[in-house]
Amino acid sequence: MQFKSQAVAKPYFIAAIALFIGQIVFGLIMGLQYVKGDFLFPEIPFNVARMVHTNLLIVWILFGFMGAAYYLIPEETQTELWSPKLAITMFWVFLVAGALTILGYLAVPYATLAKLTGNDILSTMGREFLEQPLPTKLGIVVVALAFLLNIGMTLLKGRKTSISLILVLGLAGLAVFFLFSFYNPANLVKDKYYWWWVVHLWVEGVWELILGAILAFVLIKVTGVDREVIEKWLYVIITMTLITGIIGTGHHYYWIGTPSYWQVWGSVFSAMEPIPFFMLTVFAFNMVNKRRREHPNKAATLWALGTGVMAFLGAGVWGFLHTLAPVNYYTHGTQITAAHGHMAFYGAYAMVVLTIISYAMPLLRGRAANSNKAQVCEMWAFWLMTIAMVFITLFLTGAGILQTWLQRIATTPMSFMDTQAQLSIFYWLRETAGVVFAVGLITYVVSFFIKGETPAN
Amino acid sequence: MATNFTKSTARNIFFGGSLFFFLLFLALTFDTNQRLPKTDNSAVINPAVAHGKKVWETHDCIGCHTLLGEGAYFAPELGNVYKRRGPDFIKAWIKGQPTGAPGRRQMPQFNLSDEELNDLVEFFKYTSEINTNNWPPNVEG
Repeated sequence: MQFKSQAVAKPYFIAAIALFIGQIVFGLIMGLQYVKGDFLFPEIPFNVARMVHTNLLIVWILFGFMGAAYYLIPEETQTELWSPKLAITMFWVFLVAGALTILGYLAVPYATLAKLTGNDILSTMGREFLEQPLPTKLGIVVVALAFLLNIGMTLLKGRKTSISLILVLGLAGLAVFFLFSFYNPANLVKDKYYWWWVVHLWVEGVWELILGAILAFVLIKVTGVDREVIEKWLYVIITMTLITGIIGTGHHYYWIGTPSYWQVWGSVFSAMEPIPFFMLTVFAFNMVNKRRREHPNKAATLWALGTGVMAFLGAGVWGFLHTLAPVNYYTHGTQITAAHGHMAFYGAYAMVVLTIISYAMPLLRGRAANSNKAQVCEMWAFWLMTIAMVFITLFLTGAGILQTWLQRIATTPMSFMDTQAQLSIFYWLRETAGVVFAVGLITYVVSFFIKGETPAN
Repeated sequence: MATNFTKSTARNIFFGGSLFFFLLFLALTFDTNQRLPKTDNSAVINPAVAHGKKVWETHDCIGCHTLLGEGAYFAPELGNVYKRRGPDFIKAWIKGQPTGAPGRRQMPQFNLSDEELNDLVEFFKYTSEINTNNWPPNVEG
């Protein structure tokens, strides 16, 4: 750790991991509800479990992004953070707001929560991923603004590298596009159209800038490859991301009441969306192959390479699988979508956060890298979680193909619920893979507590 | 990469390219908004439909169901439920929940008033008449 103020990243990373655990617990509950429909009913209905599962995911990724920024911005700008105090204050604001929101979901019926939190003043709740009550949404805006102020002021007084500029651009975009969550017209088509400006322009737009910047930072550190080379790659990758991803939003505008020309725009541009992910993978492997030093943190290098590969598979390949309009006509809103969602989110965003945590956490704890023993444990966690996620995705894909066939293609289409009954073998297998994922996550947490005799190298 | 392709070239392409495609996206958005009244069935939106949408939202229906294919994949598509089941079935179904059938997926009892039920059905009628380019492929959703 070169700058004292980088230490504020530590609570952000710890909170991210804690919320990640919560996310997986609720994932397992939902996975079981898919086959044991009345499990935990009426205490935790599926929709409540799903809100908790997806909202925890978003919040822990945001904690991870903010922690990453607080860690890498001082080092990139070669100056202390503008206000470590503000960063810590905002940490508690965000954590308390997040915890209260989750407790609200679990403690009272959603309609009551809406009434209590002023949804009648400005109606924003009850839309997928944007279920948060109004005060939480406003809290997110406040935290994001304070965070951007802190990072922006630090950047202004320090060295301006491409990595830090791209990171800040991504984070600013994240804050700007979130503002569309406050737009909720009675016209469902317009509601959906701009809902995607948050969801798609986040995950297939500005978040990829954040992903690229974090990955580039870690690669510079662990490989020692010249910054000029890495930053040039980074620019090329994010150029491809935005020129394919922005118009690629059109792949969500096929069947929601928007003009049919989106089938052409969406198909053509989103078909190219795997390109930047492929480049990301090639980039990561190239840089590691050309490394000029042997960094003692092998686990961080593994996570960095894994991010490239899994983001390409999950976001790139599984995205392409159902992105063309004639295919999507049959697969839209099936388990194929769920399969893609799982591997893309894990491969791109969960893994990049775990990459920066893997690299930065030992340094925040006062050592270049963890002991060999701890790293081996962490690498076991990497493989358990990653392979489990591959299987979760494969089983959901199997379910999705069968579902598409029985419900939408067969000569006598089955009803939704009858189809679901036919898929239960896939759901059981998915739940089993989910348990393996949880074992991987426990292994991951354990790796932080392994001291080991000798530090690596 | 070739040596004459410098970082600042890459940066310029990034800013230029992104800006161009974002402006193109804004232009397409503008055009879409001009054309929407032809497909989005917004002419029928009245206070009942708007209130029905709010009933839909404040009970987090999207947490289990899909609406025009978007949402959770745990329970049936409801964008076309009006055509599949009709208004009376929908009301009776919601009132009759949960079924309590052992091992089956359960829908909570939301205690909706008659007005809320009516408006929710009006909302479903409106969604079922949005021009979705013939999606879903059949009435099962």
